[in-house]
Amino acid sequence: MTPSTTEIRLVPTADDHRVARHAAAAIVLTVAEAAIPLPLPGVKPGLANIVTLVVLARWGWREAAWVALLRVLVGSLVLGQFLAPGFFLSLAGSLASLAVLGAAMHLPRRWFGPVSHSVLAAFAHIGGQLVVARLWLVPHDGVFYLVPVFALAATLFGLVNGLVAARLLDAELAPAAPRDGA
Amino acid sequence: MPDLPAVRRWLAAWAVHLRMGDGLVLAAALAFCVGSALVLWQGGRPDKAIIKAGGQVFAEVDLSAPRIVEVPGPLGTTRIEVQPGRARVASDPGPRQYCVRQGWLASAGAVAICAPNQVSLALSGRRADYDSLNY
Repeated sequence: MTPSTTEIRLVPTADDHRVARHAAAAIVLTVAEAAIPLPLPGVKPGLANIVTLVVLARWGWREAAWVALLRVLVGSLVLGQFLAPGFFLSLAGSLASLAVLGAAMHLPRRWFGPVSHSVLAAFAHIGGQLVVARLWLVPHDGVFYLVPVFALAATLFGLVNGLVAARLLDAELAPAAPRDGA
Repeated sequence: MPDLPAVRRWLAAWAVHLRMGDGLVLAAALAFCVGSALVLWQGGRPDKAIIKAGGQVFAEVDLSAPRIVEVPGPLGTTRIEVQPGRARVASDPGPRQYCVRQGWLASAGAVAICAPNQVSLALSGRRADYDSLNY
């Protein structure tokens, strides 16, 4: 077939495929997580960030940013949250944590692993969300009343997500290593 | 009965992934949680009781030492009891005793009003989260 002169041909590279695969995994986690009932709005485990952490460690910041932002966009479309307040909170949180991850990934690897990245990113996430919430959604200092709760959730879920990411990374890098019984 | 050695092995398998700096980051994160809770959630501790009679400030009492303030009104004497950190209307000549039944007031912004005798007791602090009337 003769190619049309107006046709735009997009040839996805191997990188594009990889980003799409990781973003798809992250989106699945986002949607699955939305089904978990949680006592307080705004407190979420953020399981999709496990994917971001793994991509960051293996493929670098650029690809992690693609995965994280695609996840926010498509996740909100799937859940019907696109352009709703929750979407902007999510976007602000993701941008803030990507900025912090960009700095945190240069910490010495010997001492700071995925758990550090995860906890720092979780704190940046609540920070970004609170800034947007304070400036736009709830223009009152009352939003800061919940900071200790959000901080505790960020610590806890940051630790858990970081540990899972670290374990996945170890399993990926050493596929031949014998698995324990767990 | 939980299988303790298995739990310990399970925890150890996860702990392998913690590095020195991770512990530091976690400690800092927990310190931030505790610190922010202490700073943000201690508001509302009262330090002064403002007693009014007939719309005029009758007395401003420091909430550090126990004492009893007797306030005269059109119906008789309202007795206000102050203890460290809290205050109450101990007795009032009013017919319905609403202010007495409110009991101890212990947060900044809390108000007890004995309307018939025109006496009110309000606690004020460095920062009041809300006042109990508007809330």
